[in-house]
Amino acid sequence: MSVTELPSTAAGRALPVEPWNRHLLAIGVLAVVLIPLPLLLPAAQGAVAVRVLIFAIMSIGWNIMSGFGGMFSFGHAAYFGLGAYTSAWLLVEHNISPWIGMAVGMVVAAVFGVVVGFLALRYRLKGAYFALATFAFAEMLRLYASSSNLVNRASGYHVPLLPDDTSWWFMQFEAGSPNYFWIALGLTVFGLVVSVLFLRSRVGRFSVAARDDEEAAASIGIPVMRCKLVTIALSAAITATAGSFFTQYYLFIDPDLAFGSSVSIQAILPAVIGGVATIWGPVIGAVVLGPLSDVTATLLREPPTFLSFLQGRVGLDIILYGILLILIVLLLPKGVYGALRDRWARR
Amino acid sequence: MSHPSETRQTSPSDPAQAGAPRTRRPVPWLPVLTTVALVVAAVALAFVRSGSGAVVTQAVLAGVLIGGIYGLLAMGLTLIFGVLDIVNFAHGAFLTVALFLTFWLVQSLGLHPYLALGVTVPAMFLIGFGVQRGVLSGAMGKPLQNQLLITLGIALVIENALLMFVGANPRSVALPGDQGVQVLGAVAELSNLFAFVGSLLLAGGLFLLLQRTRLGTAIRAVAANDVGAQMVGIDVRRIYALTFALGTACAGAAGTLVAPLVTIEPTTGSLFNILAFVIVVLGSMGNVVGALVGGLIIGLTEQLGTLLLPSQSPQLSVFIVFVLVLFLRPQGLFGRSA
Amino acid sequence: MTLLRVQNVSKSFSGLRAVDDVSFDVDEGSILGIIGPNGAGKTTLFNVVAGAMQPDSGSVRLDGNDITGRTPHKVASAGMARTFQIMRPFSSMTVLDNVTVAVLAGGRSRSAARTTAAEVIERVGLDRWRDAPSEGLPTAALKRLELARALALRPRILLLDEVLAGLVPAEREPVMVLLEQLRTEEGVTLVFVEHIMAAVMRLSDSVLVLNLGQALTSGPPQEVTRDPRVIEAYLGEEPGSAEA
Repeated sequence: MSVTELPSTAAGRALPVEPWNRHLLAIGVLAVVLIPLPLLLPAAQGAVAVRVLIFAIMSIGWNIMSGFGGMFSFGHAAYFGLGAYTSAWLLVEHNISPWIGMAVGMVVAAVFGVVVGFLALRYRLKGAYFALATFAFAEMLRLYASSSNLVNRASGYHVPLLPDDTSWWFMQFEAGSPNYFWIALGLTVFGLVVSVLFLRSRVGRFSVAARDDEEAAASIGIPVMRCKLVTIALSAAITATAGSFFTQYYLFIDPDLAFGSSVSIQAILPAVIGGVATIWGPVIGAVVLGPLSDVTATLLREPPTFLSFLQGRVGLDIILYGILLILIVLLLPKGVYGALRDRWARR
Repeated sequence: MSHPSETRQTSPSDPAQAGAPRTRRPVPWLPVLTTVALVVAAVALAFVRSGSGAVVTQAVLAGVLIGGIYGLLAMGLTLIFGVLDIVNFAHGAFLTVALFLTFWLVQSLGLHPYLALGVTVPAMFLIGFGVQRGVLSGAMGKPLQNQLLITLGIALVIENALLMFVGANPRSVALPGDQGVQVLGAVAELSNLFAFVGSLLLAGGLFLLLQRTRLGTAIRAVAANDVGAQMVGIDVRRIYALTFALGTACAGAAGTLVAPLVTIEPTTGSLFNILAFVIVVLGSMGNVVGALVGGLIIGLTEQLGTLLLPSQSPQLSVFIVFVLVLFLRPQGLFGRSA
Repeated sequence: MTLLRVQNVSKSFSGLRAVDDVSFDVDEGSILGIIGPNGAGKTTLFNVVAGAMQPDSGSVRLDGNDITGRTPHKVASAGMARTFQIMRPFSSMTVLDNVTVAVLAGGRSRSAARTTAAEVIERVGLDRWRDAPSEGLPTAALKRLELARALALRPRILLLDEVLAGLVPAEREPVMVLLEQLRTEEGVTLVFVEHIMAAVMRLSDSVLVLNLGQALTSGPPQEVTRDPRVIEAYLGEEPGSAEA
């Protein structure tokens, strides 16, 4: 194709439509469709549904910084845990509503993220070094929490059970209440909407540009450091909400549940499987991974005869996570949603 | 991925000259002396804090002894990184496999734990070779994230396969005839001493292999410049697989040597894993000698850390050092600034 | 009036003086070409002026403001845009989005940004690629994309790093026409580093010759290329570098 003469351009050729409104509409529709879900599912599956949403929120948060922002985080447990511990501490020690606790947790996580991010970016950590630094900070929080009297050391916190079972103000309901699902759904919608608005915004576009080519971005006037820090703050805040909710739902938190490396992995996996740097990837990945634990648990409880030696054992679900992870990275590096989206575009 | 330039104390990148007498890169005195000074300061502080020379000596001894094993493990990891550019998150999991293999050999065959080396090292070598050829070769040259995630996946599979098929019951291996021995005013178990000596011997062996054999030369050539190495006829893919196998064999050796010293559970390797990463960064990624030195330093850090920060986990001091290294000198002790 | 004033800039790397006490001025609305044999220090000088590197000494003033050593993004905000020799598109975005980001970075509102970007794309003749993904574009189109992104900032001065490199002769002509138009129609001031003599002769009002890090001479293109010192500096270069 030669560009030897200036091609004539059709005056006023229409600009392509940006997909934001489509995404927002899809989020709305999905939310509405899912509202009746907890009323239809039996209790056990209802718990799985909540777990799927927790995975989704964590991964949506991770995706903002690591997918759209290109800063691969291996320590997102730090933000999850800060969200969890902040709301737990405020509730148990000061009887403050978990809603407020969640909001404060978001701020705490965002501040922590900005500080760590600033140090890492200022010292020009990239790639593996950056990932290891994020891991190190999460581990340090875990170790510190395990031995600190401020937060009850390794025992963690039990959320005190309310005498009259149900309270919106204290985010506590009877076991299996659909309210938990609806709150988690609300947080998921919140995360998705933030993702869309982020991508649509100046700072979001600047961050994606900086991810694609940092030097070129700087040379067109993008304040790269500032954008990266905002991205990290958003990412941390969203993931923190998952932490606060987790504490309220399971009524317990301890350093391993909050800051353990498996938490960081749970933030990464859904996005990788569904599609990193896509809006829907983390959700799809969560839908795939969430029920997996349950399916394998059922399988191991009552295995078919040829697998009877597996009876009563644990660990199969994570083995499948690992295998799935390897397969996806090797075969479908753009994730399930990413691959589908490419197929669709090529039609 | 961008990272501070790796350095090995070997010849410049022309693989054709790899066999010729080589000029060694000068020892970076400033960072080395600073580190020595810091270590001495830490020991002094620990002495002040604990008020007892015996306690400090004990800590130093323990730190150095375990540091040898850390160093051996980290050597394998840094070798893998230096040649394949892979951050191998499954390194600790391979150590765990070796632990369990050692346990099984001792338990069911009555083998002396150190004789198990004769089985675990070749076994892990083969496993590493297979893993690289089978799974990782598909990810060579892809972005860092991909390799990280694949090795993470491998780690998850190994750890949980062990959990599922062997169970979570803690197991242990005992060294027959183990006893405390007086060393320079402190006491060490024979198992500790043997592990340390064994690690140094194997580390020395690895070093000799890298410097004096054809394979080692080829490995160093690929590490320096894989395209150039290919152009002088080195089968780079085979070197990748062999290097990964060698690195995994180090993990296997470290696993067998450390078996009498730890409880054997599916998760035992993951702690060693993260320590290995810290050491590799500290010793400069790709630098085999640096890994050994780094291992000793981290071993000391752990032990002195229990004295300097008594109420905290020993790993916390390691992480503090890690973070400081990442920020202040990410190229490690022996690397140059990017 | 003088828009860009570079004074006594020096830059060394590990003891090697890449740029040695170089000074030059660029008047508003004019075009300066910087030439020199390989290794003369052109790229280093370029990077120092554009803020990608800190000079060891010397100053860079844009319209009186001292921008020496400012970070690239501050330099861009001050009104100096640059292109890269190796093309660096934002590969996850379409051409339109690439330029839209630049327009946004220049401070335009979100609603107007896309239409403005489309206009810039048309201006540089990239319209047929407008909605294509920037990844995998042919070289000629990528060059124009670089130009479009830089122009989207509405810069006072545009620094071009070997903008014609990698283009076959047939592709160079439209780019040169475009650059001329930018100067005559929009009054853009240009500083460009270039190997291709024909372009330098044709476009420049003034030429600066570098050799071994030092400013050898400067002046109108006809004079400079007849200067025996310049000819000598280029002796030993492959014939291709003086091609028409």
